[in-house]
Amino acid sequence: MMAGDDRDPGPGLSPEELKRRRARSVAIALALGALALLFYVVTIAKMGPQVLNRPL
Amino acid sequence: MSPAPAEGLVPASARTSTGDVSDYIALLKPRVMSLVVFTALVGMVVGEAQVHPVIAFASLVMIAIGAGASGCLNMWWDADIDALMTRTRKRPIPDGRIAPEEALSFGLTLAVGSVLALGLIANWLAAGLLGFTIFFYAVIYSMWLKRSTAQNIVIGGAAGAFPPMIGEAAVSGSIGLETLILFLIIFLWTPPHFWALALVKSSDYARAGIPMMPNVAGPDSTRRQILLYTIALLPCGLAPLAFGFGGVAYLVVAGLSSAAMLALAIKVHVRRAGEPSSRAAQQLFAFSVLYLFLLFATLLAEHGFGLMRPLGWT
Repeated sequence: MMAGDDRDPGPGLSPEELKRRRARSVAIALALGALALLFYVVTIAKMGPQVLNRPL
Repeated sequence: MSPAPAEGLVPASARTSTGDVSDYIALLKPRVMSLVVFTALVGMVVGEAQVHPVIAFASLVMIAIGAGASGCLNMWWDADIDALMTRTRKRPIPDGRIAPEEALSFGLTLAVGSVLALGLIANWLAAGLLGFTIFFYAVIYSMWLKRSTAQNIVIGGAAGAFPPMIGEAAVSGSIGLETLILFLIIFLWTPPHFWALALVKSSDYARAGIPMMPNVAGPDSTRRQILLYTIALLPCGLAPLAFGFGGVAYLVVAGLSSAAMLALAIKVHVRRAGEPSSRAAQQLFAFSVLYLFLLFATLLAEHGFGLMRPLGWT
């Protein structure tokens, strides 16, 4: 952990375990981002041109 | 009494999982996932349904996640016997890298999420089939059949045979004769494939108390049944030709690979002792993977890449 970083290091986790936890968190973030993008593209594909058809 | 934890550390039993990302990917059984995605893709293209490529791709992603969920739930349930077998003792749960409760939560979340998402993206027939497949693999096969009958992989093989149907249902909203035949091919392929492995790994299965066919009926009976299932498989493997969705390339590939599959099954039946018998079983196990891949890859090439050259008689 960097000097001056006062975040909770977790329940007795070793530096290696902290590194793995961070990698897991990044992987979860990437997976959620990919899913959000997928659902967005699917929505556009399902709605087609109708997505632009809205009353002004 | 276990030693006291070092200052600042909590006992290992109270900790969360310490596995890395690759351990969570391993829980999803990526090799099985890739086979499921591949066969589901072939199911999508043989039906010749017209669907937006984004919908087809997203459906495949959900089918893959559903397959991963069933693999994860299987590993959660089987952690005790996985710890006893050399082939599986290094899996994340028996090796202590992932807590069982986390694997269960992970598997259930992916299962429910993938089924709901497939229903919303494609249709509820495909979602229902995916949900049933996960249930069949995790509950019917893993929790019930695997430890109770030597027919475990015969009946449980249905779980691995559903993906082409799910794929077709996702893009067309229905199930046709083509994917029923693909179901039969995978269903009849499963016993020779797994029993060839079980012949080699019978001591592993015996240690874990799993009633695989070689441990229950004996190696010779298993060899006979491998040959019988292979003989039953071959006409199904050639059925796409009779029903008009296999072309000239399929005739060549299926003909040659079926002959090789039969030759290897006969070899397993004839060689019954010592190193030659193990080698024959390993060869059949390895080739059976190639056999299924070749059949499905040829159908994919013919239907997905426009290489279909119809046979004269259909």
